[in-house]
Amino acid sequence: MALPNKPLGELPAVTNPEVVEHDVDVLIIGGGMAACGTAFEIKKWAPADLKIKLVDKASMERSGAVAQGLSAINTYIGENPIENYVKMVRNDLMGVVREDLIYDLGRHVDESVKLFEEWGLPIWKKDAAGENLDGAKPAPTLREGGTPVRTGKWQIMINGESYKCIVAEPAKSALGEENCLERVFIVKLILDKNKANQIAGAVGFSTRENKVHVFRCKTALCACGGAVNIFRPRSTGEGKGRAWYPVWNAGSTYTMCAQVGATLTMMENRFTPARFKDGYGPVGAWFLLFKAKVQNGLGEFYANSDAVNEELGKFMPYGKSAVTPTCLRNHLMLNELKAGRGPIYMATDVALNAFLDDRRAKGMDEKDVKKFWKHLESEAWEDFLDMSVGQAGLWAGMNIEPEKVGSEIMPTEPYMLGSHSGCCGIWTSGPDEAWVPTVDGPRSHQYKWGYNRMTTVDGLFTAGDGVGASGHKFSSGSHAEGRIVAKQMVKFCRDNASFKPELPKSAQEYADEVYAPVRRYHEFVGASTSSDVNPNYCKPAGIMMRLMKATDEYGGGVATYYMTSGKLLNICLDLLRMLREDAELMAAGDLHELMRAWENYHRIWCVETHIRHIEFRKESRYPGFYYRSDYPTCDDENWKAFVNSTFDPATQEWKCEKVNCINIVETEPWI
Amino acid sequence: MPSYVDPSKCDGCKGGDKTACMYICPNDLMVLNVEEMRAYNQEPDACWECYSCVKICPQGAIAVRGYNDFVPMGGQVHPMRSSDSIMWTVKFRNGNMKRFKFPIRTTAEGAANAYLDGKGANLDDEKLLLENDLPEPTMVAK
Repeated sequence: MALPNKPLGELPAVTNPEVVEHDVDVLIIGGGMAACGTAFEIKKWAPADLKIKLVDKASMERSGAVAQGLSAINTYIGENPIENYVKMVRNDLMGVVREDLIYDLGRHVDESVKLFEEWGLPIWKKDAAGENLDGAKPAPTLREGGTPVRTGKWQIMINGESYKCIVAEPAKSALGEENCLERVFIVKLILDKNKANQIAGAVGFSTRENKVHVFRCKTALCACGGAVNIFRPRSTGEGKGRAWYPVWNAGSTYTMCAQVGATLTMMENRFTPARFKDGYGPVGAWFLLFKAKVQNGLGEFYANSDAVNEELGKFMPYGKSAVTPTCLRNHLMLNELKAGRGPIYMATDVALNAFLDDRRAKGMDEKDVKKFWKHLESEAWEDFLDMSVGQAGLWAGMNIEPEKVGSEIMPTEPYMLGSHSGCCGIWTSGPDEAWVPTVDGPRSHQYKWGYNRMTTVDGLFTAGDGVGASGHKFSSGSHAEGRIVAKQMVKFCRDNASFKPELPKSAQEYADEVYAPVRRYHEFVGASTSSDVNPNYCKPAGIMMRLMKATDEYGGGVATYYMTSGKLLNICLDLLRMLREDAELMAAGDLHELMRAWENYHRIWCVETHIRHIEFRKESRYPGFYYRSDYPTCDDENWKAFVNSTFDPATQEWKCEKVNCINIVETEPWI
Repeated sequence: MPSYVDPSKCDGCKGGDKTACMYICPNDLMVLNVEEMRAYNQEPDACWECYSCVKICPQGAIAVRGYNDFVPMGGQVHPMRSSDSIMWTVKFRNGNMKRFKFPIRTTAEGAANAYLDGKGANLDDEKLLLENDLPEPTMVAK
């Protein structure tokens, strides 16, 4: 048997990749919902000679967070006042949000949903009798005034297995297939050589051939999703892949933008979803559509107890709203678990049988109840099969039938994102409208500086998970935000027509940086008989485990029930500093491993900002997502403010600051 | 729940330049071994079980086996995806079976309107294609 000191995989990396240079006006980095929105919209505004390229790490048909599909669209404003959408988001995210961005999103999002339906996405409707119709049954469209099946106030149900395929198709055809470069991973943004604080390009590499791509551009969108596998997951074996958020999101958006000096906001925010244990199947439809409740280990439906009401009263005005903020729902659940009253169960059996009992009580005969049950059962399974097949697989393996037995719920490991019930991300300009506040000071304090969703770096835009302090966009809102950015990037090109981007280094120098892990591999692989254990380099897989161990133990992961402190955070920062240094010693023998190396480099940076922000904020803003033992309460008096941070690429220094949070939508009534 | 390839069915997409599973996997996991002309999942513990490879495989050669750190053996979830619907077979560990069929698309593949001739009007306002007047907040903070 040959010694295992050779590259894994099937596409070995060479030390001298081909270098390809591209000159474009607009560079779209990412291929998920946001980037697809941009790709669809941009040609509607661009002059014919504007050169636009989209670069995706995967294949647009199944890339990003919607790759697997979804069973619901969580943001559709419809009949609601947009102001109420702002109020809901503001309350769920404990008050510190950019209301201009949220309102703006609310006024564009429905158009994206109507387009999805027109493109072929089946959207459930109510029939005349108020019964649910699946999305393929004949019914008026949303544009024609059809009534969607609302679960909560903002959510609508879909048959969304092919959601991403359907959205990617017109994105690709609008931009032209020849302008979509797939399987190219952009790893660094580049500032202009001459004009300060102006984006000028990006560099990345192909995961299919030994080729480095260097782009010069006037403007770029960086929309590569949130961050996953940054805290040690509850399943650390094969199940590590069964992350709640897409496992391929590596914090690239935040890291790449931060490294060129874009101001970040609310990086202390994280999302720790409570989901079906291990399979991480969605709970939204169970709570909202099937009206299921959670039960503790004693069989108590604890959510409405006096003790819970008293606890929620400690977090006013957030705690006592009709819909408890997501973090506080976790907080209540954690209290049960810590008191030894676990496990927590979603009472699927109680919920489903209540529907059947209700039909019987209304006089439905058993034959029709049976028929109704078939429909209900199918809806329940579709929720998983559309978006989290693994949960269905777990039920199959465990012989679980949801009408007979409940299933355990558990808060997961933390994730970083800006589009779901979380709001970390990049500080961007709001729309250029009179109702958006004018604030003096640097851009890191302002609400608008001319180009909607532009970061504090000229020409650099972001969307979806990238835009901070504006959560609850979900799939539809991310697409809408991508459409907003498209128009703004064209405007930026028009206004800066004479700008000629120039990169400070040669294309070959960038290629050398990108391929450094490959060179290191080839230089040192002979020093050991095993490719993965070598005194001169570390492998990406090991770096990732080291990162997740540090954050889990010191940064408030599942190991400590999300508890940390100033002391622990500073230990974490020390560990991350050394980790970042050692990340320079990563080695990659094949192209897949080179991708993993750069992903982990991105992860380390993005987690460092997270820890830095939590350390700076001397309170516990999101009880249930994380706690600081030294500042255990939510302190509105001192901390109802943004924490913004900026990395200065020239001095390599970080600056954290407190930034005023302004209410645009009425605060009385709060909800 | 990592995907795996049945070697008796996989033909490596006959060595074409677009091996279907390799083309589609969002996490770059599926690779083709050219000598054997068979594909495999190169990093099972990074598999999101999104089923993209299972759904696209023209030979039906890919299936999923539950994650070995928490899924008991014997169950399986397997799809058959057509252009307008998907049929799922759920086989339980105890042998029970369930089948579900859902619509996935109401238009023909390739028929989504990209509005290729659509042109926006004024680059200096905030309106996007197909949008009319945009609202402004009315319930405002004092």
